[in-house]
Amino acid sequence: MKNNNWKKILKDPYLVAGGIITGLILLMIIVGFFWMPYEPTKMNAAEKLQGASLRHLMGTDNMGRDIFSRVMYGSRVTLMIAIGTIIIGAGVGTIIGAITGYYGGMLDEITMRVIDALFAFPSILLALVIVSVYGIGWVQLLVSLGIAFVPSFARIVRGEVLRCKNMDYVENARLQGVSDIRMIFVHILPNIKGVMASSILIGFNNAVLAEAGLSYLGVGSQPPYASLGRMLSDSQQYMTKSPSYVLGPGIIIVLMVLGFAFLGEGIRRWK
Amino acid sequence: MEVILDVTDLHIEFHDHDLPETAVEDFDLMLGKGEIVGIVGESGSGKSMSALAIAGLLNRHAIKKTGRIMFEGVDLLTCDRKTLRSFQGDEISIIFQEPMTSLNPVKNIGWQVEEALFIHHKEIKKEERKKRAIEMLKAVGLENAEKVYKMYPHELSGGMRQRVMIAAAMIGNPKILIADEPTTALDVTVQAQIVELLKKINRERGTSIIFISHDLSLVSQLCERVIVMQQGNIVESGSTAEVFRKPRHQYTKKLIAAIPKIEL
Repeated sequence: MKNNNWKKILKDPYLVAGGIITGLILLMIIVGFFWMPYEPTKMNAAEKLQGASLRHLMGTDNMGRDIFSRVMYGSRVTLMIAIGTIIIGAGVGTIIGAITGYYGGMLDEITMRVIDALFAFPSILLALVIVSVYGIGWVQLLVSLGIAFVPSFARIVRGEVLRCKNMDYVENARLQGVSDIRMIFVHILPNIKGVMASSILIGFNNAVLAEAGLSYLGVGSQPPYASLGRMLSDSQQYMTKSPSYVLGPGIIIVLMVLGFAFLGEGIRRWK
Repeated sequence: MEVILDVTDLHIEFHDHDLPETAVEDFDLMLGKGEIVGIVGESGSGKSMSALAIAGLLNRHAIKKTGRIMFEGVDLLTCDRKTLRSFQGDEISIIFQEPMTSLNPVKNIGWQVEEALFIHHKEIKKEERKKRAIEMLKAVGLENAEKVYKMYPHELSGGMRQRVMIAAAMIGNPKILIADEPTTALDVTVQAQIVELLKKINRERGTSIIFISHDLSLVSQLCERVIVMQQGNIVESGSTAEVFRKPRHQYTKKLIAAIPKIEL
């Protein structure tokens, strides 16, 4: 059984490619906790805007900081924010979607219209509003991104719960006297974990991109601390002088998103 | 004979559309302890509807139900959901005609068989539950019950799944078992086995069974009493032997004539 699963995973090009790319990124982040070639915030006026070399794998930025070290640190920040966003968005979204889908009726109608309204809001705009009201900070960033991600999860889960709630096994469980809460969380939700897994991975990508976008606009992480989006935004004025500055964080964002997208696609096609 | 379920004047009406549609009219049923009653009739005759009402599964708003379903001094039609729920799966169980889809695909067999015990008898320990589930699986004729306990629904055949369904329905030792066409989706040899199993359960545990079917030959093998329904009405009822020997109603005669006979 176990062996077969591994063989099946290794045969799927999406899962293999996604696993390798994501694995490398994670490896880079984990290594970053223990060792980085340079201190990511340490400036060095003598080595500004250098190209890639053995001394500085991705060159240096306009303040002489080592870009590779900053990328290692920045992808850690970006990943954390993405994980936090997904925990909030998927958690709240799943609960809302499951309850509205299961009970239906008026509650469902009202909640879904509110969700629709929230969906119509661009997530960036929502985040900007929250940040401009409550100020810049980790918590605000996480909460605003989390809220922006609730609607898509709520919709997906609601649809799946609607599909499952008329299945014979749900009827059958109801006849055994199963309570509503137990029905939703023990009988129905485990049946939609495949769909959940792939939408969490897709959502993860969007969260990485949204964090990068927000940092790019200057409301994400603040200097001198790095996040991938922040670095991309800082680098654009030096694009022609020192292309390696843009390429470093850019490539890592692309790889991160690509890795998770492959994994998501692989999981979606599983079975 | 001790009466454990007394249904009088059950009337079920759908209000989904502009005109109300009557699904069941004036349904009466007295079920004695340890008795097996058959309900026969064609599709849409209201036999499943009556059974679902007894099991308390008809609680959509668009359905109007009148009459009385008395069980242990409680009217199942008007009691609150909590009371109803405490009976479901413990005192009154039901098995459906679709064994292929009635088991949750992501839970193992043992978990599903134990479910009713877990809900209604929280005091029973995990090991005890497992012991009882395995005993139950053995009692419904699944030989390597320990192995089946760990398996998932897709690994079992239709007949085995129906046995699992019966095990899950019987684990709480209910007073009433409603079998809603339990053999329809199964092939003929397995049908006979399931009927034998129901007989055995009735004999050994004293469970009253309401057996719903459109297959008169199965009903005649299993039931002492039979109710014939047509278009929501009871057209004939009485002891199986009598109804089969001297059917009074035209519809019953037609049903009996429709039983295929093997002539050699």
